[in-house]
Amino acid sequence: MSLVGARVLRKEDPNLITGNGQFVDDLQPTGCTSMVFVRSTEAHAKIRSIDTAEALALPGVLAVWTSANIAQLANCPGGLPGLDQPLLAKDVVRFVGEGVAVVVATDRYIAADAAELIIVDYEPLPAVASLSAAMAPGAVVLHEVLGGNTVHFQDFENPLDDVFAAAPRTASLHIVNNRCAPTPIEPNVCLADWGRSGLTLWAAFQAPHHLRNTIAQYFGIPQDSTRVVAPDVGGGFGAKINFVPEFFLTALLSKEVGRPVKYTQTRSECLVAMLHGRAQEHDASIAFDNDGRILALKLTVTQDQGAYPNGTGMGLPVLTTAMAAGCYRIPAVAISWRNVVTNTTPVAAYRGAGRPEASYTIERLIDLIADETGVDPVEVRRRNFIPVDAFPYATHSPLAMYDSGNFAGALDELLKYVKYDELKKEQEKRRQDPAAKLLGIGFASWLEIAGFGPPGSLEAFGHLASWESAQVRIQPDGSAIIFTGASPHGQGTVTTYAQIAADELGIDFDRISVKHGDTAVVPQGIGTMGSRAVAVGGEGVKTASGRVYENAKRIAAHLLEASAEDIIIEDEKFFVKGTPARSVPWSEVAWKSFQPLELPGGMEPGALDSTVFQQVPNFSFPSGAYCCVVEIDRETGAVNIVNMYLVDDCGTVINPLLVEGQVHGGVAQGIAQALFEHMLYDPSGVPRTSTLMDYLVPAASDLPGYVTGRTNTPNPSNTLGAKGVGESGSVGAPPAVVNAVVDALSHLGVKHIDMPVTPIKVWNILEGAK
Amino acid sequence: MTIRTSITVNSKETSREVEARTLLVHYLREELSLTGTHVGCDTSNCGACTVLLDGEAVKSCTVLAAQVHDCNITTIEGAAQADGSFSSVQEGFRQEHGLQCGYCTPGMIMASTALLAENPNPSEEEIRHALEGNLCRCTGYEMIVNAVRWAAEHPSFTSGGAK
Repeated sequence: MSLVGARVLRKEDPNLITGNGQFVDDLQPTGCTSMVFVRSTEAHAKIRSIDTAEALALPGVLAVWTSANIAQLANCPGGLPGLDQPLLAKDVVRFVGEGVAVVVATDRYIAADAAELIIVDYEPLPAVASLSAAMAPGAVVLHEVLGGNTVHFQDFENPLDDVFAAAPRTASLHIVNNRCAPTPIEPNVCLADWGRSGLTLWAAFQAPHHLRNTIAQYFGIPQDSTRVVAPDVGGGFGAKINFVPEFFLTALLSKEVGRPVKYTQTRSECLVAMLHGRAQEHDASIAFDNDGRILALKLTVTQDQGAYPNGTGMGLPVLTTAMAAGCYRIPAVAISWRNVVTNTTPVAAYRGAGRPEASYTIERLIDLIADETGVDPVEVRRRNFIPVDAFPYATHSPLAMYDSGNFAGALDELLKYVKYDELKKEQEKRRQDPAAKLLGIGFASWLEIAGFGPPGSLEAFGHLASWESAQVRIQPDGSAIIFTGASPHGQGTVTTYAQIAADELGIDFDRISVKHGDTAVVPQGIGTMGSRAVAVGGEGVKTASGRVYENAKRIAAHLLEASAEDIIIEDEKFFVKGTPARSVPWSEVAWKSFQPLELPGGMEPGALDSTVFQQVPNFSFPSGAYCCVVEIDRETGAVNIVNMYLVDDCGTVINPLLVEGQVHGGVAQGIAQALFEHMLYDPSGVPRTSTLMDYLVPAASDLPGYVTGRTNTPNPSNTLGAKGVGESGSVGAPPAVVNAVVDALSHLGVKHIDMPVTPIKVWNILEGAK
Repeated sequence: MTIRTSITVNSKETSREVEARTLLVHYLREELSLTGTHVGCDTSNCGACTVLLDGEAVKSCTVLAAQVHDCNITTIEGAAQADGSFSSVQEGFRQEHGLQCGYCTPGMIMASTALLAENPNPSEEEIRHALEGNLCRCTGYEMIVNAVRWAAEHPSFTSGGAK
């Protein structure tokens, strides 16, 4: 029986449900010390002086460092040359939360006490805490070298003025895609031990080899004695692939004090120091005919990069504009983008990274077309979908060559669950009844780019390469270990890879282990991000397992004195086809594979060990159709999600249980962005949502149940057919939710509401309409 | 200032001379090396540090070790049954995929255990309400709700010994 596609319980769980997981903060090596930051309380200021005397005098304090202690060192890797963040602020701070000083002490309480004793004398400068403030004439400049606050501007190649002028109808929206804090429940944690035999860094990270490569390069030390370990990692959501000063400072200070140094971020630090996501504003225009057929799309993305732009942040508007047309055949698309610095926390990847922003805007525009033309939103989608026979489909962007999809099929499947006509009638009835809650129905036909990626794609973000490694090693007893460069942090990769390998090798699932997250154990690797672990890494496991299996068959054939083509496997036994009496168990094949006298001619010991650097020719394009039904309380403006219907097409499903989990989790974050979460700054750059008291991560009582369905158009870029599913929910949910809210209020003339759709925003609309 | 505190943790007597300000979660994690109890915030919102104090769910980041002198604490390490079998709540989380990264999980399991002790057959709504002090960023909660329902439906689950 094939395990691929089966609802298999996770190998990961027994440790995690008994408290035997091993997260970085759980490690306490002998002599371990604690590092605590002093972080800027100013959004923009000159540092006049830092007084560390009292802190240094506190018993138990081993070191207090400011930028003066590391004056010779380069800035934090990952930034743009000349605009990069110092490990500790030099002379100027540019956002609240920027590190100014660090203390290392024998325990975390003493370190925190000492940090409180450090006095930083700031000379405040004017701050720009929003895109409009940063771009206003005469705005204070964050980085002198830029001369302004725009880092990069990519203009339209052709602004399509003639198309828009000639179009029967046009509509425009200014859309704010709200800044979110990724907020994994485990904040950033790292532990460095730099002794005579080299540097070991344990880090809550999504790409340990990437960090190993970078940290060795940064310090000019060889990679053979630089080890990065990402043990159990408590969620990442894209925020744990960024190079942040904490990693480099713990390493340096470990060398300085001669002891292991651990840094455990507090939640309040995490909300301002862990890089944020989204933070875009869109100016979008659409041209269409009276039947709702789209003629042209024009989009300018303005990306808030925060105080220090980085490679990933700069890539976000590239991905957003590449995916701007969504599931639709649009004859003319014009894109433009601008990157701007502000006195806020830097911005980078957050689950979906650039694609939720794209899908949100095009799906809002589709509903705007419906509103303008009177054509039903479902019908507008149908009239504009790229048809099934048009794949591979070349878009306006060379990045996005859509490989496969069936957008109409997913919408058809969705409508099997949604009683659309009944809901529309109910909506109308309730509008007539002032005591009834308003009802809204919102659709999103979404598409994203995932499975990162073809050669060159991740290199553009500073990674070594875009393949993923997989090593399949048969042990002498016939059990198997898989080593992967993917670095899971909740995805269940240990389970899915064992499923894939079990099918390919014919070895029992319970006798397959998966090792990851340690550069001293896994030969090389790239990491887990961009919904790539199955589509690229899983394909690698399949390829390597297939090679091992072929060699195992040759050995079995030799032992059975048969031809390898005639060998089949069942219940971990190799048989000669048609003669079930002649068999040799996997364990014997494995054992003898190490014995030269037992091997067929030309085969060397070690033949049942294969390492693959799996490449893929294209990105993948997961898609789907979601529908959200909301109720709105007319008295309070509160939005309640009544139903959330989710049809996903992620290609082949390895484990339906885990796919379901990924969809739910992504959708929950999408709903959170739509209704609750917003990293807010006041005009002076002070964050207003820097604890979990203010930043509203939803609880179980805030979220609905989900109805899920599935369609399947296999990914043609790998033999598994899998597309990836980690980010899908966060791409599809926000437009479905906001479209539902706007639909509920459309009789009041509402065309758009910016996220998060809070009760006060809705209440103001309802009051205004009275 | 230090203070002698004696706490029964997972049915074992423990006693330490600790700083008066030592949080219970740090006592568990650093004095007793019971690292299954996690810290996820500094405002008592996330619930990752939830343990049972004399059977009641509390957030151990908001309790001083000295406050629970002579009390009984149960952590995730003490959640399994006497024969080493997973508790029905632990097994429910496994069966229903109620966890992904696993960081919030010990707190979720302890809060769910306390809920079922008080209300052995909670509705979906009661479960969602009871767990509103525990944040999960991975699952979207539905499978956590299913996990607790599984436990409610299998109160005498046993896997027949240690796993």
